[in-house]
Amino acid sequence: MADLRTETMTVNMGPQHPSTHGVLRLVLELDGETVVSVSPTVGFLHTGIEKTAEQKKWQQVIPLVERMDYLGAQSNSLAFCLSVEKMLGITEQMPQRVNDIRVLIAELQRISSHLVWFGTHAMEVGAITGLLYALREREQVMNLNELMAGFRFFPSYIRVGGLREDLPRGFKAAVKSFIDRFPGKLDEYETLITKNPIWLDRTRGVGVISYEDCCKWGLFGPIARAAGGDYDVRRAFPYIGYDTYEFDVIGASNGDVYDRYLTRVAEMRESAKIIQQALARIPDYGPWAVNDKRIVPPPKDQVYTEMEALIQHFLIYSQGFKVPAGDAYVPVEGPRGEHGCYVVSDGTNRPWRVHMRAPGLFACQAMHKFVVGGMIADVIAVIGSLDVVMGDVDR
Amino acid sequence: MTAEAIIAAIAPAMPGASYAALASSDAAVTPTIGVPREHLVATCRALQAPGLEFVAFSDVTAVDFHPNRSPRFDLVYHLVSPHRRARLRLKVGIHAQESIETLTKLYPGAGWPERELYDLFGIVFDGHEDLRRLMMPDDWDGHPLRKDYPVQLRKDAQTYMPLQVTEEEFKANLERDRYQRGQPSAAGKK
Repeated sequence: MADLRTETMTVNMGPQHPSTHGVLRLVLELDGETVVSVSPTVGFLHTGIEKTAEQKKWQQVIPLVERMDYLGAQSNSLAFCLSVEKMLGITEQMPQRVNDIRVLIAELQRISSHLVWFGTHAMEVGAITGLLYALREREQVMNLNELMAGFRFFPSYIRVGGLREDLPRGFKAAVKSFIDRFPGKLDEYETLITKNPIWLDRTRGVGVISYEDCCKWGLFGPIARAAGGDYDVRRAFPYIGYDTYEFDVIGASNGDVYDRYLTRVAEMRESAKIIQQALARIPDYGPWAVNDKRIVPPPKDQVYTEMEALIQHFLIYSQGFKVPAGDAYVPVEGPRGEHGCYVVSDGTNRPWRVHMRAPGLFACQAMHKFVVGGMIADVIAVIGSLDVVMGDVDR
Repeated sequence: MTAEAIIAAIAPAMPGASYAALASSDAAVTPTIGVPREHLVATCRALQAPGLEFVAFSDVTAVDFHPNRSPRFDLVYHLVSPHRRARLRLKVGIHAQESIETLTKLYPGAGWPERELYDLFGIVFDGHEDLRRLMMPDDWDGHPLRKDYPVQLRKDAQTYMPLQVTEEEFKANLERDRYQRGQPSAAGKK
């Protein structure tokens, strides 16, 4: 037996593997069932959005950036709009009502994204029921998007200067009826999974990373908080009035797949709390955009009756608006961690450079930190717990 | 902490380096410092020291100012200090022919963003262990995010075999296939 020759085997996982979340390709080197090395390959979904955005007017970039991280679509547009508004110098003039509506939208988006993560992650580890439950609730968030903007996936509702239009009648009641019942639904999910012995065996002590490594490798958000960090952009660098909301920054300490699961589920509960507070604050009537004629088109009744308003309408829709030369980066807490858009303007009506910080890129890059030394079956659990979206990684 | 205060804090560790406190619209959250190309890595090491603790790497990207400016590219680094709740932006201007030392020794997370910049801007990072294209195919020509790279580019699909064959080629292929399949039995008869 001593002269048995063994060698490692190279296995290609993806880019069409069902549990690699789109088109992530992993080249795994295996010794038996143990992973010796991993080499992730990305770029299959590269669409050149950053190049395309340089040809568009400022307001036209929003639908493009929403298609980057397609599960957290409005986190992208929020990051872009906040950066552009910072350069325009209208951040301070933004009405309180707009900020509260943006908080509401951002947290709904976080819930929607985490629900997809929950469902797919549970399914990949073997609990198929979780997906059916999670998509049931996500459908309701999609319906809210549809009610709000007419689009379910990419609403493009957050615009530079505020929102596209006012909230529709009955929107607050619809959100209220969803969010009142949502924590109970989360309890349902947790009875399925949180103390399930199979789930615990598959996820505890798997894919462990330390907080120091998270910092060095650029991993923020739920991954770092599950490893003992407390860095949450909403707390550290408050934007759109998050400092006035009461919520807890949820963390755990082990940094394994199970703790990342607990962190995200608890985050959904916190999001529900924030949404309740935002609902109480948003008045039924009020402004939905900043009062700045350069950026926001005048109301339609004025366009049809006043010459000046018609001219302004025509100017905004044909030439857009100019943004002062400079650069800005406003970090936001997206569903996957620190999200932000680095925007450079040369003073014209088109951006000179648009760059999105992609949380998923850093998670893919650090893949070997999670899977090397573990079993090949754990790779699936790790990918699910990292919650990478390839549209965000490849842009 | 303003940009001037950060420069004053790292100045003792960095004699001879000249920094510039740059203005930006988001300076209240993210102060900006202009760093000379040759001092970038040493500056980052000084920024990681206790007191500043910019230990977390957020992002690196580049901006192409062609043809308006002489150092053509700006490299833009974002660093975070999660404990102190502070952010910092470093800007390094480099010419198209120049290369810059990699940050992966200090922040391993800089690896892929630097590969992305090599791919899309053609900026070379000295000492990078794995400087390959990240987004584009390995055999791609040019660097798409440069300003002198065209937006609309017509390229024929590249294949290693012809996709469409003529009728004659099809028949020839069929014949060849039949002949090859017939070979072993012919050899067996012998």
